Amino acid sequence: MILLWMIVILLVGGLLAWAFGRWSVSATRWISLIAVSADFVIGLTVWICSASRIDLLQPQAWVRELDWNWIPPFGIHFHLALDGLSLLLLMLTFLLGTMSVLASWTEIQEAVGFFHLNLLWVLAGITGVFLAMDLFLFYFAWELMLVPMYFLIAIWGHERRVYAAVKFFLFTQLSGLLMLIAIMALYFAHHSATGIFTFEYADLLGTPLSSHAALWIMLGFFVAFAVKLPMFPFHTWLPDAHTEAPTAGSVVLAGLLLKTGAYGLLRFVMPLFPEAAQAFAPIAMVLAVIGILYGATLAFAQTDLKRLVAYTSVSHLGFVLLGIFAWNKLALQGALITIICHGVSTGALFILVGAIQERLRTRELARMSGLWATVPRLGGAGLFFALASMGLPGLGDFVGEFMILLGVYQKSRILTAVAAVGILASTFYALKFVQYAFHGPNNHHWALHDLGMREAIIFIPMIVILLWLGLYPQPAFNTFNPAMETLQQHAGQTMHALRR
Amino acid sequence: MNTTDLLALLPFLLIAGTSVFVMLAIAVWRRHWLSLCITLVGMAAAFGSLWLVAPLVPRKVTSLLILDQYALFYIGLIITATFAIAILCYEYLQRHSETREELYVLLLVATLGSMVLVASSHFVSFFLGLEILSVALYALAAYLHTRRRPLEAGIKYLILAGSSSAFLLFGMALIYAQLGTMELFRLAALLADARNSPLVLAGLTFIVTGVGFKLGVVPFHLWAPDVYEGAPAPVTAFIATVSKGAIFALLLRYFYTAGALHSRPVFVLFAIIAIASMLIGNLLALLQNNVKRILAYSSIAHMGYLLVAFEANNTTASEAVVFYLVAYFITTIGAFGVVTVLSDEERDAGRLEDYAGLFWRRPMLASIFTLMLLSLAGIPVTAGFLAKFYVVTAGASAGIWSLILILVITSVIGLFYYLRVVITMYARVQKEAPHAEPRAIGGSYVLVALTILLVWLGVCPVPLLHVIRKVLPM
Repeated sequence: MILLWMIVILLVGGLLAWAFGRWSVSATRWISLIAVSADFVIGLTVWICSASRIDLLQPQAWVRELDWNWIPPFGIHFHLALDGLSLLLLMLTFLLGTMSVLASWTEIQEAVGFFHLNLLWVLAGITGVFLAMDLFLFYFAWELMLVPMYFLIAIWGHERRVYAAVKFFLFTQLSGLLMLIAIMALYFAHHSATGIFTFEYADLLGTPLSSHAALWIMLGFFVAFAVKLPMFPFHTWLPDAHTEAPTAGSVVLAGLLLKTGAYGLLRFVMPLFPEAAQAFAPIAMVLAVIGILYGATLAFAQTDLKRLVAYTSVSHLGFVLLGIFAWNKLALQGALITIICHGVSTGALFILVGAIQERLRTRELARMSGLWATVPRLGGAGLFFALASMGLPGLGDFVGEFMILLGVYQKSRILTAVAAVGILASTFYALKFVQYAFHGPNNHHWALHDLGMREAIIFIPMIVILLWLGLYPQPAFNTFNPAMETLQQHAGQTMHALRR
Repeated sequence: MNTTDLLALLPFLLIAGTSVFVMLAIAVWRRHWLSLCITLVGMAAAFGSLWLVAPLVPRKVTSLLILDQYALFYIGLIITATFAIAILCYEYLQRHSETREELYVLLLVATLGSMVLVASSHFVSFFLGLEILSVALYALAAYLHTRRRPLEAGIKYLILAGSSSAFLLFGMALIYAQLGTMELFRLAALLADARNSPLVLAGLTFIVTGVGFKLGVVPFHLWAPDVYEGAPAPVTAFIATVSKGAIFALLLRYFYTAGALHSRPVFVLFAIIAIASMLIGNLLALLQNNVKRILAYSSIAHMGYLLVAFEANNTTASEAVVFYLVAYFITTIGAFGVVTVLSDEERDAGRLEDYAGLFWRRPMLASIFTLMLLSLAGIPVTAGFLAKFYVVTAGASAGIWSLILILVITSVIGLFYYLRVVITMYARVQKEAPHAEPRAIGGSYVLVALTILLVWLGVCPVPLLHVIRKVLPM
């Protein structure tokens, strides 16, 4: 039940925020903040409770589960379930959700109620994606997060918001529909093999498929996730959407929406179609490496600060893709840490850029320089998150990317070597960002107010988390490992079933 | 013909009687609200009478009509839809100075024609029903006869529908020449042997042409945008839903009973029509700047989607068609309902500019329209999503992957123009409210009810699915 509550709190919170938006703007903000942080507290409680018991250590079992019949004629269930993987991603969701409510506190001044409705509903959709264990429900939630995100970009975005919003919607919708076809194909393949109509994840595992069919169905899923991730060459929606979105929108996009793609690969593509995925792995890994280098190079070339941060996402998520398709323990653990740390560090960078833009009314690097002199605390935070993003040892991103490289090394040395260049390239864009924005003389004579209380509340927890995951990531591994073993086991079983 | 037969015909008699009654009432005391009230009461009574008729079915009443669960379901759907449209018509006409009361007579007659269609089991009743419907529609489309656009719409519809009727008759004649019967069930039995005889195929092709005109599928779609644009908004809603829905119900009954889709040429013919409708409907909609025209092209595309389900030719397919039609009815009436509410005396709210910034002026109305458009685009939480899902399921179960792929790609194209309308509503324009916008109480109730239905079906479709499964084995 607690899983349903998480979603319901967000949905109802959104409606309340909208309803109160007519009378009081600050009531809206507080309601949203309370709703999201309530979810965060619930998630934390579940985590602490289950970590002290042995729930999290046992593969196969769900930590929490809810299974209702929804549309019996089709065999559709309302099935939510939580394991270590979902739990970590949910914590990230609620954390970044809280931060994005805080980050929009002064930025959003128009239609505040409707803004928070959309923000909370997109979070609800993401929560649904991370929890759904019925493929229909998964698709339902997958589509559901699109519409509010579209509105967030299209209404509260910057100059070219309509173009960016429509592009975002069309890319994700087309790939999503291809996934729907793949889901249907799997559904009917399962029916013809067993005579049962079901969308249940657990039942569909091990569906016997001809290798030809498995490849096509796998590709249907893969395209949807690759567009979300985004994998080179499907990434072109990302710079536009990230740049034009309001701060909260960028945070949710980079921190969470992209992660749904990684989650989908981990949860569905690899366990459902292990053989096809293995066969496809070389192509995916090469594309991942291209994405790493390409994203880093383009990030370095940007003069728009937000666009710069957006392209770094392409690069970092390339590592995640690489790690997932390497499919061994080290690489998977690395991918998970990268997912979380990228969410936190990029989310923080977007909030930071939002803070700069709110003060300077521009995102152009050329219009900034010497900001350190006037806003030292902001500059310090900027330096910290830029270093995190470039993979400084001791901070979370380093752990993730390093482990991915270790894992990939067992598969392909050449790819590892080329991908490692990506880390080097990240130094360039990170330092460019810090140097151009904060260092040098204050040519434009900016006199700005430094980080306030609210912004400090946003940044300090994020700094702490990055340090924690950089220095002692073991708790995250402990939570994730049983879930990862289960996934690998499923993949192995499916492979075994196919061989027979 | 005995009393039980007459009882079985009660819904038809009630609707026909109401139309006469409205006409007499107009002669005695001409009041707009009175006409509406009589119409609504008559329709409510006819709807209620379905429960009286239900125990008697399935029953053949003469060789012309068959009343079974399937027919009753569609009659119920048609009456409900017309009920909503009648209220919208009232709101619409209140703002116009023309004679208002006769519209309800025409509306009831058109409803009667649609009801005959869905219960038809003979070429004669097929044709009669179609003509009753069409003749009423000519007048309805041109109801505001002092204006250019509606008049143009009416004449255009008259000429094209007239010629399509000729095709239909010719097709029927050809089939009659080969098989010697016009009765559906005898036809079905005979057709099994003569499925690929040239005369029958030619006859089927002509019938498809005639039906295609009414459905507005490509290449018989040319009338649709002009008529949609010109006809009064609520009448357009009627043309788009009740008239097309009734013909689709009839198509399903005739072609499934006769097993005509097992014939390869017929299958290919429908596949071509479906693909062309999806492609051309969606592509041409991209070029439009008028909301009514956009909806016209989108309805062409939707008929294409429906044909994909129709092509699947199994139980899932017929369920999918029925579910899709219900969702399509709700959505389309809702969308044209919004257009109706926004229209004023001078012209219908067709231009995109009429919708600019609507959300900031009338948030409820804009939200409703957004939901309707998202439902047309097939986004979750709306009935349109499950309907599209059902169609894809039907197609996948029959393995017609190429059609599904085209459906998917074209519906992404479709998304583009739906989003265009949506984004217009949320655009921030500094525009002074044009002279106290008209408020419509009844219309608002209809819209809110439709929205609730839309979301309810999108989240909890099981009750409707059970009903559909019950009525379908026909």
